[in-house]
Amino acid sequence: MLYTNLNHIETASQLEKIVNENENVMVCCGRMGPMCIPVYGIMEELEPTYSHVKFFDMEFDNPEAQVIRNAPMTRGFMGLPYTVYYRNGEMVKATTSIQNMSQVKTILDSEFGQPEA
Amino acid sequence: MESVTHNDVIILGGGPAGLTAAIYLSRARVKTLLLTEGTPGGQMTLTHEIANYPGIERINGYALGSVMKKQATSFGAVVKGNVEIGSVDLAGRVKSITTSDGQTYTADSIILAPGGRSRTLGVPGEDTFKGKGISYCATCDGDFFTGKEIVVVGGGNSALEEAVSLTKYATRVTIVHQFDHFQAFEYAVEEARSNPKISFVMSSTISSFYGNDNLEGVKIRNLVTGEETDFKTDGVFIFIGYVPNTETLKELVALNDRGEIITGPDMSTNLAGVYAAGDAVVKRYRQVTTAVADGTVAALASADYLHSLKRN
Repeated sequence: MLYTNLNHIETASQLEKIVNENENVMVCCGRMGPMCIPVYGIMEELEPTYSHVKFFDMEFDNPEAQVIRNAPMTRGFMGLPYTVYYRNGEMVKATTSIQNMSQVKTILDSEFGQPEA
Repeated sequence: MESVTHNDVIILGGGPAGLTAAIYLSRARVKTLLLTEGTPGGQMTLTHEIANYPGIERINGYALGSVMKKQATSFGAVVKGNVEIGSVDLAGRVKSITTSDGQTYTADSIILAPGGRSRTLGVPGEDTFKGKGISYCATCDGDFFTGKEIVVVGGGNSALEEAVSLTKYATRVTIVHQFDHFQAFEYAVEEARSNPKISFVMSSTISSFYGNDNLEGVKIRNLVTGEETDFKTDGVFIFIGYVPNTETLKELVALNDRGEIITGPDMSTNLAGVYAAGDAVVKRYRQVTTAVADGTVAALASADYLHSLKRN
């Protein structure tokens, strides 16, 4: 169970629905571990500012998370969390292991555009 | 846009020490800003279960951090997480902190609660293969190395205990340690030594990591002979202790030789109006409860200091 304040994705079909119904989606797929928790914290911090992006997490050990674990863009990843970004239903970017605020913002800005001032 | 905002107190750091100080100060109607470079809750958020925090039977560390933040903001404190601190000026009557986005925050008093972080080796390849063979968390990444041969770096309790736990997944675990003896407690050493999957390379360190897409091996340097050997491995777990996050404070406030902030009984530092609390101060026991106690004392002392400024 993930104890974050983000919205949680529980099933692969829920993930599919979310990425198809929202233009820009960021999902952090991890555990409650030291590499994952900072990324959840960054997402919680950015959520109010990046209103054009939907932020979610998904438990890595949930069997339904295989759609992220086995995605072509996450092949070769060996560190949690797997953080994936979807635009118009397609996975457009994926990172492995811990990321800092600057790294996450760079991806959000380049893939989804900067938030309105 | 660049701007300057004045507060009564700025707290630098958002672990249990900083959040407790924010709760006490904001509840006393002191205008309080908390800035943290990490996630509010600090290292505590990494703890799966806290069962020795008085009054709460069991709680997840992330949840406890979230509640502390909620308490602080409910009393009026402003909490800004994941900010990048640019410069800090503690010397004058008014203290100031500038963040990397050009915002300057000033205050009459400052509480330093920057906490600590995992130490890294800082050798070539470490950043490149982080998450692609290099890990700092056995619980997080251990199962990626099922059936593989791995290396654990370190000689303290964490390193030896995690090495034993990693034998659940790995076929072979090689512990590389810089000294010819371990700092870990005897029980941890005995458990590691009696595990047939674990072997030891003593008086040695990793000098570099290499590979293509993923880590493929390391260079191990013997610190006595200087000889460097090639060691093929699929993964390296690094457990070489914690360091206080005080690099930016080095020339600003009195630190001991380990980089910890020196404080008095009221958590005061060598500078008027500057207090410190939590894992970054000189102390023997680093617990959530001791951080909370430090934060309480620092907040009360800081509030007293603000009163003394008004009286004078």
